[in-house]
Order: sequence, then structure tokens, then C-alpha cells
Amino acid sequence: MKCLRGTSWLKQSRIYGVNQSRRSLIAIGAGLLGASCEKPKAPSETGGTMRAYGERAPAEKIVRTVREATASAGSGSSRTPLQDLYGTITPSSLHFERHHSGVPALDSSTHEVTVHGLVERPLVFSMEALRRFPSVSRTHFLECAGNGAGEQQGNPAPDLQRSHGLLSCTEWTGVPLKLVLAEAGLKPEAKWMIAEGADAARMARSIPIAKALDDALLAYGQNGEALRPEQGYPVRLLLPGWEGNVNVKWLHRLLLAAEPAWSAKETGSYTDLMADGKSQIFTFEMEARSVITFPSGGQKMGGGAGAYEVSGLAWSGRGKIESVEVSTDGGRTWAKAELQAPVLSKSLTRFRHAWQWDGKEAWIQSRCVDETGYLQPTREELVGARGLNSVYHYHAIKAWRVAADGSVNHV
Amino acid sequence: MFRFAIIFAAVLCAQDKPSGIGKPANAEKLRALDITVFPDGKGLPAGRGTAVAGKLVYKEKCAVCHGDHGEGREKQYGALKGGMGSLATAKPMKTVGSYWPYATTVWDYIHRAMPYEHPRSLSSDEVYAVTAFVLNINGIIPETLELNERTLPKVEMPNRNGFVPDARPDIRSKR
Ligand code: HEC
Repeated sequence: MKCLRGTSWLKQSRIYGVNQSRRSLIAIGAGLLGASCEKPKAPSETGGTMRAYGERAPAEKIVRTVREATASAGSGSSRTPLQDLYGTITPSSLHFERHHSGVPALDSSTHEVTVHGLVERPLVFSMEALRRFPSVSRTHFLECAGNGAGEQQGNPAPDLQRSHGLLSCTEWTGVPLKLVLAEAGLKPEAKWMIAEGADAARMARSIPIAKALDDALLAYGQNGEALRPEQGYPVRLLLPGWEGNVNVKWLHRLLLAAEPAWSAKETGSYTDLMADGKSQIFTFEMEARSVITFPSGGQKMGGGAGAYEVSGLAWSGRGKIESVEVSTDGGRTWAKAELQAPVLSKSLTRFRHAWQWDGKEAWIQSRCVDETGYLQPTREELVGARGLNSVYHYHAIKAWRVAADGSVNHV
Repeated sequence: MFRFAIIFAAVLCAQDKPSGIGKPANAEKLRALDITVFPDGKGLPAGRGTAVAGKLVYKEKCAVCHGDHGEGREKQYGALKGGMGSLATAKPMKTVGSYWPYATTVWDYIHRAMPYEHPRSLSSDEVYAVTAFVLNINGIIPETLELNERTLPKVEMPNRNGFVPDARPDIRSKR
């Protein structure tokens, strides 16, 4: 300690330009502080410098898994490492992605959102104009409609990231869409709104006007800063609780119409094919779902038998999570889990359950009920109602198998 | 009561009153920007093409990814044809031909999004032609049928009546 003070004083002396007397200072220092300081210099205990834009600790390595859907770049998805995150908020850098033709590089100083069609006044809004409207910040999950299709088909992924990773939750800031629509003046015949992105493929979806006038946002902020390019910079549509694809990124046009456009991504994709060959269309809400994040596939319960905290996430596109139950005996008995407050609507809710593991093989799972009373189904119940090929909106109970050696596998 | 109604209406009007944010859209710019095509044909530009002409467009601009005959490339690009009658089976094959309910959507999508690396580079006539080609290889229209802004919306797609509205919650779960 004394020695440290001595060296930092020396450093200061140099900074102030008194190093002409450096040798004598060292002599004085050594004399004052004693023999220990003659040994090779101890490394400085001063911390690193400040950074203009923060980075995580070098040892922290969790990342999204990136997968292209076709041989052309930009038509794939990346998944959030849910098993390695704490709490309920997803860092923007780890938010899942699903793109259909890459991430466009848009300039917020020239980007515009045009509102036209069945409106009194077709209007164009710059980003500066959008930020003049009253703003709100709300925390909502986003989940891709295709999150877990493999589970339905009986090919469960080995870990949570690959089974449920098309799910994230962030704080969004933006202008309530109804304010923007009121500015343009909706005509009474306007029953649908076709939202289009400025990505290469001009991805477009038709939205019922009731949702646009309810809790929809034009979001330009995410977790306190501007949206990431992958999340729609500079502005995206946010339809809380609805399937990811309708939350159109890089939003540049809103067309008010009497009918839906029946666009490619609301007919050819994102429709739920039933066993009888008919497809449900305009299936927007993500239904109540929960999953255990620890212990989950690929993890290890290292300490042998004893006390563990089972933890997980629950969410519903129809509102708040009412309750979560956990079973550690293959679904024979269920115990109420503790919910982390505050429980927010259309947001991730963290649940926890204290578990005394007996060190034997165990099947663990969670199920939730949302505020509409909807109970998360088993896979058998879901497949019974929708068959094996509905692909989208799979939300059944997920079980993990804990082996006697503490390793955790998918079921 | 009556007075209350007037006050209420006044409040509503006050809320609806534009705050002056945003600028009027330029009509000409809007025409270029608005690429949405509806099932009744609204939004389709004038133009025409047949599968015969479309075959050439396809060969030059599409085949490299979607295969010489629209058969797709396994694990790379889905097929643009086939799957008729497969939707209610254990192995449904969803393609433009077997699944999409409206031919206008095929036109709209090819026009806005294809070819993948150069979207919106085709002329209207080329889009009509290559749409005709894609519908023809699915056996939906004859090779010589001219698609234009009037005939395209009349094309009857095989899965036209295959869609039902959201019926959820449709799962009865028990404790
Ligand atoms: C560079 C490769 C490439 C080229 C060239 C290309 N496409 Fe595509 N096409 C794709 C990809 C990738 C997708 C899927 C995009 C997505 O993820 O939404 C696709 C999707 C499609 C679809 C939708 C298929 C479905 O069932 O959802 C159609 C129709 C289509 N392309 C037609 C065409 C036509 C017509 C051309 C030529 C004018 C063309 N494509 C050229 C790569 C290509």
C-alpha cells in the first residue's frame, strides 16, 4: 500500500514535468518506504480506462446462434441465448432476428414514414417529426411465430436457445400509432392497415385497424437507445403480443385500406395449416407459454443432490401471466412457482421454484395460465387440435430430463 | 343531456385536430412508393405477358436459385411448383401453386421482392410474364393465356378456399 502510494506519486511527478529530479525522488522514495520497493515493480492496480461505448467483460462470451434459411444471405434467423440470461430483459445485442432479405442500412436523417390510402390527409413523417409526438416506453416480448416448430414435429432441439430462442423482451420507446393515424385522419372505411418495411423485399403485412388503434407503437427506441439496425432502425411497428413478423421493421409505409392485401407473408407463410388441409389465417396473438431456463438442455446440475433454484420464463400475447406451476416428477404433481414482480402485460415474467433434488433422474416442466384463464397445453393437446403441420404458434409445455449425474437433456 | 353530447363531441374533435406534425405526401412520389396489389386487382399497373415470354425471363433471372423448372434446390431454395393435393396429408408441400390463395399475391411478391438480389428491377411486362410462367408450370393457366391487369385477378388458385379465420383459442387443455 505504502509502496503503491510511492509509485503513483512518482508518476504524478513525471506528469508535472519534474522528472529532472526523478533520480533523487526515487532515492527519497526508496529511503522513505523501505527495502520492499527495491524488488521488481508490482503491476499497477489501477483499473482500465473509460470507454465511450461500453463492452461486456472479455470473459463473457454468450452469443446468438445465426442460421441462414437459404443459400442467399439475409433470409435467416438468429436465436437468443435464453438459458444464459438473467431477469427478463434481453440485451439489444442478443435480441433474436428473423429477416427475409437482410438488414438494410437506413439513414435516420432521410428516412420517412408515409401514411396514405383511406385517410383524409396523406402525410409523410421524418424521424424528427415522429419524435415530436408524445412518446411512451413499454416493455414487451417479441416472439417469432415459428419459435418451436421442431418441437411440434417431434424433433426437439438439444438446448433452450435452439428450441425457444426466437423470443426476446426489451423496453420499446415510440409514439402510439393512434396519434399518428389521427394526424392523417382515418376514413370510416379504413378497416386494415398494410405496414411495409424498407428492406430489400419490402416485407408487408396487413393489420386489423382495431390493433393499430389499441396498443400499437411506432418504436424508435430499444432499451434506452436507438433501435439496432437488426431490429428495424430507425423505426419499426410494434404490435404488443402479436407474432414477430407483423412487427414490421424498417417501417416506411402505412397504407390504410378496406381489405387486407393478402400479402405473401400472410398467406404463403405465417398461416397455420390444420390436419384437414385448411389453414387458419390472420392468427396474430402469441398464446400463453412458459419454459424452464435452468436447468435446461445442455446444462449441468453440478453439485449433486440438494437445493437448486428452478427458474424460467412465462409470457402471453393476450395479457399478463396469472400463474406458473412447476413439476419435477414428470407432470404427476405441480407446485406454484414464485413470480418476479412486477408482472407486466405481454412481457416476459420470470418465475422461480425452490427444488430439493434427490439426485435421481427427474423430468421437469412448467405450465402457465394467463389473465384470460388460458392454460398452456401439452404437446398432445396441441397436436390433437392442430395436427403436426401447423408450424406456427406452437406453445406447448416443454419438459427437460435431468439425469442422475446432473446432466440435462431435451425430451 | 343534449349539452353533454355537444361537449363530448367537442372534446373528441379537439383530440382529432391535427397538430400539424408531418408534411403532405407528394402525389407523384406516392404513386412510385405504393406497390401493394390487392386480390381484386387494385394496384396492378398496366402491362401484359404470357408464360411463353415468361420462360425466358425465368431462365435468365430466376433459374439460378429456383431451379431450371421451378423445382427448387434442396436445402437451399423451396420449389415454386408442386404439392397439389398434399395439404391434408402427413407431408404437405406448400408452394405458390398448391398453397397461395390469390394470383395477385404472386405478382405482388415477385414484383416487390424478386429476383432476390435485384428486387423491383423487372418491368411490369416481365412480372406479368414470369408470373404467368410460374402459374403455368403449376398447371393453373395455359401457356398462351395473356396475363394483364384484368385477367390476373380472375385466375382461380387451387387453394382459394383453403383459409379460415383465426379460430383460437382452439385447444382445450385439462389439468
Ligand atoms: C439469388 C437467388 C434468387 C433469385 C435469383 C430469385 N429468387 Fe425467388 N427466392 C429466393 C429466396 C431466398 C426466397 C425466400 C425469401 C424469404 O426468406 O422470404 C425466394 C422466394 C421466392 C418466392 C416465394 C416462394 C414461397 O413459396 O414462399 C417466389 C414466388 C419467388 N422467389 C420467385 C422468383 C422469381 C419469379 C424470380 C426471378 C424473377 C426469383 N424468384 C429469383 C431467392 C431467389
